[in-house]
Amino acid sequence: MANNPLGTQRHARWPGWVLIAVLAWAALSGCASSAGDEPGTSSRAIQNKGSDTLVNVALAWAEAYRVVAPDVSIAVTGGGSGTGIAALLNGTVDIANASRAIKPDEIDAARANGIEPVEFVVAIDALAVIVHHDNPVDRLTLPQLADIFTGRITNWREVGGLDAPIVLVSRESNSGTHVYFLEEVVRLGDSEIRDIFAAQTLMMPSSVGITSEVSRNVNAIGYDGLGYVTEEEKVLAIARDENSPYILPAVNTADDGSYPLARNLFMYTAAEPEGAIATYLDWILGPQGQAIVADLGFVPLGEGGDNGPSD
Amino acid sequence: MAHLTDLAKERATEAAVRARPAGNFLRRGWSETLIELMIRLSGVSTIAIVAMIFLFLLREGLPTFLDIPLRQLFGSRWYPIDELYGLWPLLVGSLVVTAGAVIIAVPLGLTTAIYLGEIAPMWQRELLKPLIEVLAGIPSIVLGFLGWVALAPIIQSLGAPTGLTALTGSLILAYMALPTIISISEDALYAVPKEYRDGALAIGATQWQTIWRVVLPSARSGLAMAIMLGIGRAIGETMAVMMVTGNAAFVPDLGLDLPLSPVRTMTATIAAEMGEVAQGSQHYSVLFGIGIVLFVVTFAINMVAGRLVGSVVRKRGGSV
Repeated sequence: MANNPLGTQRHARWPGWVLIAVLAWAALSGCASSAGDEPGTSSRAIQNKGSDTLVNVALAWAEAYRVVAPDVSIAVTGGGSGTGIAALLNGTVDIANASRAIKPDEIDAARANGIEPVEFVVAIDALAVIVHHDNPVDRLTLPQLADIFTGRITNWREVGGLDAPIVLVSRESNSGTHVYFLEEVVRLGDSEIRDIFAAQTLMMPSSVGITSEVSRNVNAIGYDGLGYVTEEEKVLAIARDENSPYILPAVNTADDGSYPLARNLFMYTAAEPEGAIATYLDWILGPQGQAIVADLGFVPLGEGGDNGPSD
Repeated sequence: MAHLTDLAKERATEAAVRARPAGNFLRRGWSETLIELMIRLSGVSTIAIVAMIFLFLLREGLPTFLDIPLRQLFGSRWYPIDELYGLWPLLVGSLVVTAGAVIIAVPLGLTTAIYLGEIAPMWQRELLKPLIEVLAGIPSIVLGFLGWVALAPIIQSLGAPTGLTALTGSLILAYMALPTIISISEDALYAVPKEYRDGALAIGATQWQTIWRVVLPSARSGLAMAIMLGIGRAIGETMAVMMVTGNAAFVPDLGLDLPLSPVRTMTATIAAEMGEVAQGSQHYSVLFGIGIVLFVVTFAINMVAGRLVGSVVRKRGGSV
């Protein structure tokens, strides 16, 4: 009987010893790993930041590039196109990702800091406009889309569909895709127009949110990168105006520019790239990097296209 | 002589008896002061932490109320890209969703607690209580997912243009607030002395009369606390609400279909936009401004409820 409490007591001390052992092991292995990292200080670290549209591709590039060049480590973070470009201007990143072109005032700010941003088109993103499969509408013009998304047209009947309310589905306003759609569709590429999305627009925190709402709601219309569209949604053919041909988004129509909602995705460097950064960008623009673009559902750059710096 | 030494002995033991507690007191003095200090520190730190959070919110969010005209802050459009910072639709969104959740969860929660505490036989109580605790442990994101996948299509089949509505959010929030309301109300009912019930039953009250006239009024402040904590859980919830309410920032028309219109809550707005604003920008400080509004609204609800409970208790002359 007297032994029993002692036994349990010893038992209770067990975790303490285990904890100490684990801590010691962790400390030792921590030392070991940091010692292993020491030669790494001489290797090149590339800081890469910006667009959330590009972040998955950028991560895939960085991972694949580890195999190609093990001594180059690439740190990729998102945050948005504007954040990435701002970081580039402040000199805290080597490469900024952007799903829109750099703005004139950003170039001015860069020059004030003694930085001359160099632009690379690294991939193409076709935006698909999607509806439910049971929706009889299968083509729209850009002005019709503008009327729909600003709330001037609120019933499918007005664009040749059923007598049903239109449910607008969009990405959140901080998304580069949202901004692109705002500028090119809602405002039809005209900077004089100050129209914005109708207040009733459902704002989805993710691309998957848009596709799944559209796939189950016969009244819904949304937009999403072609890479995110599945069999469950119907992709609309888009025309610039009623006199232009209606084009479906695809790799070839995005590439030759006939599909009106295709945009370039960019990487910016603070100066003409040299050394490891230049090698990395060459690899991205080469067949291996572009294969990853295609794998993730974006449109790779065309053969002999505008692969070089366009600035 | 003999009795003198006896007397001396008696005095000595008396002194020893007196001294022992004194010695204990001295020894306890150390640890007691220490424990007291620690308890005081924890108490004060709670106040300090709340104060620091509020100061931080004020520092980051106050520029909102100084830089942006109030007319714009109470505008009906929230569109940060064009610097439209109307908080009105977000405030209405939060209140509609929370009010809906309270309307659903409070009657359900209180009746469940009454059933568990007053009516259910022991074996049912022992089966149900752990199940309710499991309910409380379900992560909110899982409930949000459930609402998105299972509940939204049902709401849409009720005739709404979309299943992502205020009602969907209210139902999910009600479900999340239920375990809190049930467990705390049940504790409040449990705290009512058995003599109250015995007394009521002894003078011929039925079980229903006992519950309604005796048990519930005595447990009133505890029940109010349960409801308050339930509301607190509902108004502050973010992820689940963001997934199922559609996040459309507009002020819905007052009417029967109010619950079936999409809304955007304050919490969802902060969560969706905080990740991508540049630190120190106007948008950034407006998001903190929303935090201040949220803080003030929650605080006001707690104050009002506290007053209500206090006045009821005073009027009835009871205290539990």
